[in-house]
Amino acid sequence: MDALVVDDLQMHFPLRSIIPWRVPRVVRAVDGVSLRVAAGETLGLVGESGCGKSTLARCVLRLIEPTRGRVLLDEEDLTALPEEALRRRRRDIQMVFQDPTASLNPRLSVAATVDEPLALHTPLAGAARRERVDEVLEEVGLGAGLRDRYPHQLSGGQRQRVNIARAIATHPRLVVLDEPTSALDVSLRARVILLLAELKRRMGMAYLFISHDLSTVRYLCDRVAVMYLGVLVEEAPAAELFDHPAHPYTRALLSCIPVPDPDVAPERLRLSGEVPSPIDIPGGCRLRGRCPLAQPVCAEPVPLREIAPGHTVACHLV
Amino acid sequence: MSTLAYASADEAPARRSAAALLWRRLSRNVMSLAALGVLAAVALTALAAPVILPYDPDAPDAERTLEAPGRRHWLGTDLYGRDQLTRIVYAGRVDLLVAVEATAIALSLGAALGAVAGYRGGWIDQVLMRIIDTIQAFPSFILAMGIAAALGNSVTNIVIAIAITHVPIYGRLIRGEMLRIRETEYAEAARTVGNRRRRIIFYHLLPNCFPPVVVQATLAMGFAILTVAALSYIGLGIRPPTSEWGAMTAEGASYIVSGEWWIFVFPGLAIMATVLSFNLLGDALRDVLDPRMKGV
Amino acid sequence: MTDLLTIRNLAVHFDTDEGVVQAVDGASLQVGRGEVVGLVGESGSGKSVTALAILRLLRPPARVVGGRIDFDGRNLLACSEEEMRAVRGAQISMVFQSPRTSLNPVLPVGRQIERLLVQHGTSPPGQARARVVEMLREVGIGEPERRAGQYAHQLSGGMCQRVMIAMALATNPRLLIADEPTTGLDVSIAAQILDLLGDLGRRTGAAILLITHDLGVVARRCDRVVVMHAGQTVEWAPVRALFHTPAHPYTRALLRSIPRVAGAGEMEPIPGWVPSLLAPPPGCRFAPRCALVRPECRTPVPVRALDADHRVACFAVETF
Repeated sequence: MDALVVDDLQMHFPLRSIIPWRVPRVVRAVDGVSLRVAAGETLGLVGESGCGKSTLARCVLRLIEPTRGRVLLDEEDLTALPEEALRRRRRDIQMVFQDPTASLNPRLSVAATVDEPLALHTPLAGAARRERVDEVLEEVGLGAGLRDRYPHQLSGGQRQRVNIARAIATHPRLVVLDEPTSALDVSLRARVILLLAELKRRMGMAYLFISHDLSTVRYLCDRVAVMYLGVLVEEAPAAELFDHPAHPYTRALLSCIPVPDPDVAPERLRLSGEVPSPIDIPGGCRLRGRCPLAQPVCAEPVPLREIAPGHTVACHLV
Repeated sequence: MSTLAYASADEAPARRSAAALLWRRLSRNVMSLAALGVLAAVALTALAAPVILPYDPDAPDAERTLEAPGRRHWLGTDLYGRDQLTRIVYAGRVDLLVAVEATAIALSLGAALGAVAGYRGGWIDQVLMRIIDTIQAFPSFILAMGIAAALGNSVTNIVIAIAITHVPIYGRLIRGEMLRIRETEYAEAARTVGNRRRRIIFYHLLPNCFPPVVVQATLAMGFAILTVAALSYIGLGIRPPTSEWGAMTAEGASYIVSGEWWIFVFPGLAIMATVLSFNLLGDALRDVLDPRMKGV
Repeated sequence: MTDLLTIRNLAVHFDTDEGVVQAVDGASLQVGRGEVVGLVGESGSGKSVTALAILRLLRPPARVVGGRIDFDGRNLLACSEEEMRAVRGAQISMVFQSPRTSLNPVLPVGRQIERLLVQHGTSPPGQARARVVEMLREVGIGEPERRAGQYAHQLSGGMCQRVMIAMALATNPRLLIADEPTTGLDVSIAAQILDLLGDLGRRTGAAILLITHDLGVVARRCDRVVVMHAGQTVEWAPVRALFHTPAHPYTRALLRSIPRVAGAGEMEPIPGWVPSLLAPPPGCRFAPRCALVRPECRTPVPVRALDADHRVACFAVETF
């Protein structure tokens, strides 16, 4: 059973116009995305700013209501659940946020923050719950000695660990991680990545790992999906995607990553111009205006096709 | 245990608690220390009044009427021979009590309204804000006068009158803070963890709205005292024989020409010193709390 | 040929509520004419403070407590404010990290560049506008006439950074300091911006001091690299030598701790944690975390030359 299935998810934001009778323009932040994360698997979701990945994350958690589509957690449709049932289901799907400082309530101690999901979703109480909190703190490498500290008394790396502790406290089936290492310093990044890898191994959780940092994605993820302007353009097992990228956007992205080796000169596939606004999306392939390989056929709508086992691409030319 | 225990208790030295940092910054400023001193003195003498003051504020003494400040009566006596010093201190009790109660009620009500309006948005926000607009449409003193006149002169009614006029202050402030805070990641995290909305608003977010409120409340308490004093001055406030600074000042006004200056000067000074101290303290708190303590 | 910029033993302290933060401790580096030098370090390593010190942009609670900064033969730390004003923006320019907040939000961007040109006498007032459009075109902004009339909030992050670069190069400076110019920008835009910097540097002959925490960025963009750790400069090398034969234990640990895209090799975090700059360890500040630490590491560390161009501040270097 897949931990997560996203089925044709759509999130459109209407822009209110001053002129009341005018048809409102729409920001198509997520425009029909389907994906799956198997139990215990890590799916990386990469894309640049404005591609809709953070919006997708929030839809998956139903922090915002998608305009269309379904989100199945262990085959239960989250989008159809009433409020109270959804609240209870949150035990199994948690999120780690990007900014370690902004995602912690400055008035709650470490223990209080980690205790809350346990108090809400488990029957544990009193000493048993206190013990579990300490256990979780140990698991993320913080140590029970920090339980009474407040966020302003912690370093950036420690805050992110508290963030992670809060997310894993109830042993969720799926953890959505939204750029968990972007706000961290280079030397801290490695530790947090290793921590995430170990936790996943030990606890068998599935991860939806959202990031623009491709090197981290390569390290942590089993499969990777690439998003552009609200749709997926390619999806493949991690090694396959990095070694044999098919979609021009993926290739362009990979060729731009600064490689810490002066002798490696990746061939740059250059995209012209900048990302168009998600309000006026061109018909057909969304990369059409910028792709150096564009052909007349690219004006036609592009479906995702499988070109190799587990490897799908949305491009006419591949 | 995980071999990844690179983070341990040593990694970041525990910085001083928020309260300690606050006190440290506050105590640097001479004016704020002075203000704090004055307020502490007023509060302490008000509390300890029955114990430390030898005279009964209401007891007349026919032999010592209109006596100038001297050794027996440090601030003189009034028309009925009552000791002014005692009366001023007892009046302080009343004024402070009214200010604190009115502020507490206004704060609670305003915070609740503002928090719900800010978080929920939509028509709830509109309705609640229109109610607040209605209150604010009246000049606050006129409104207080109106309510006091309608309800009557008791202390309770004065408290209610002032509280109502102050609700908009806190309502708007908290709503503004809430609009900002509800977009933060920890507000989102409170939802993803599975909290109910009411708990998110009142347990997670509202306490974080407080720093600017503390400043405002301190300033507003000074204003509350001025309002009580003014209401009593025009006769709509606390009724005699209960002593109250504004009422005492009103009494003393009739003596300006005849020269018994001590009857209105001292109550007036008491009002001024107390309100000024609240203002100074509020300013100091604002400097200390605002930018540096963002998020603390 | 003498270097364009030479920093010797720079020391900067910050006076804070909690004590004196020794942010920079004896930092030294050189930038030759027309060279691209990368200054690499994590946040808190003092690299931005060093850059600000060059232009004398540090304000209390920061103070420079020692060292000299020689630019074209003059010690900038000894110059008057008046003299510095002639240097800033004209001979040494700087590009900052968040481009949108570095631009004046109430003036159209074209105007801002225009003012700069006129103020420094680079262009007579009548021709400044035309020059502005030309420069915007040079930095790769499409429809430059239209863009010149737009405000910062109407431009994307990448475009704002291009405007900043245009402003920085407007006066043909000898040295351009770029402080994390691509942090916060998408990978593809970042690549474009770095390309632009390199191109313009080559064309105008300006030297570039590129400050970043990303080793990948310096690998292909810089001629030489300087590594900073906790306020100290620890290694100076040509770029190839730094990546192929890193000498300082911190540099080696840093290279080991980065996840790589090409071939997921072993990734090893740097042990320990960054020292507190309030009470830093004496001598080498990496010593408490270093596998090769010895007793003398607590004393001031000499700079050893590994060869003509590659120097390192470490006692343990011979043992490799």
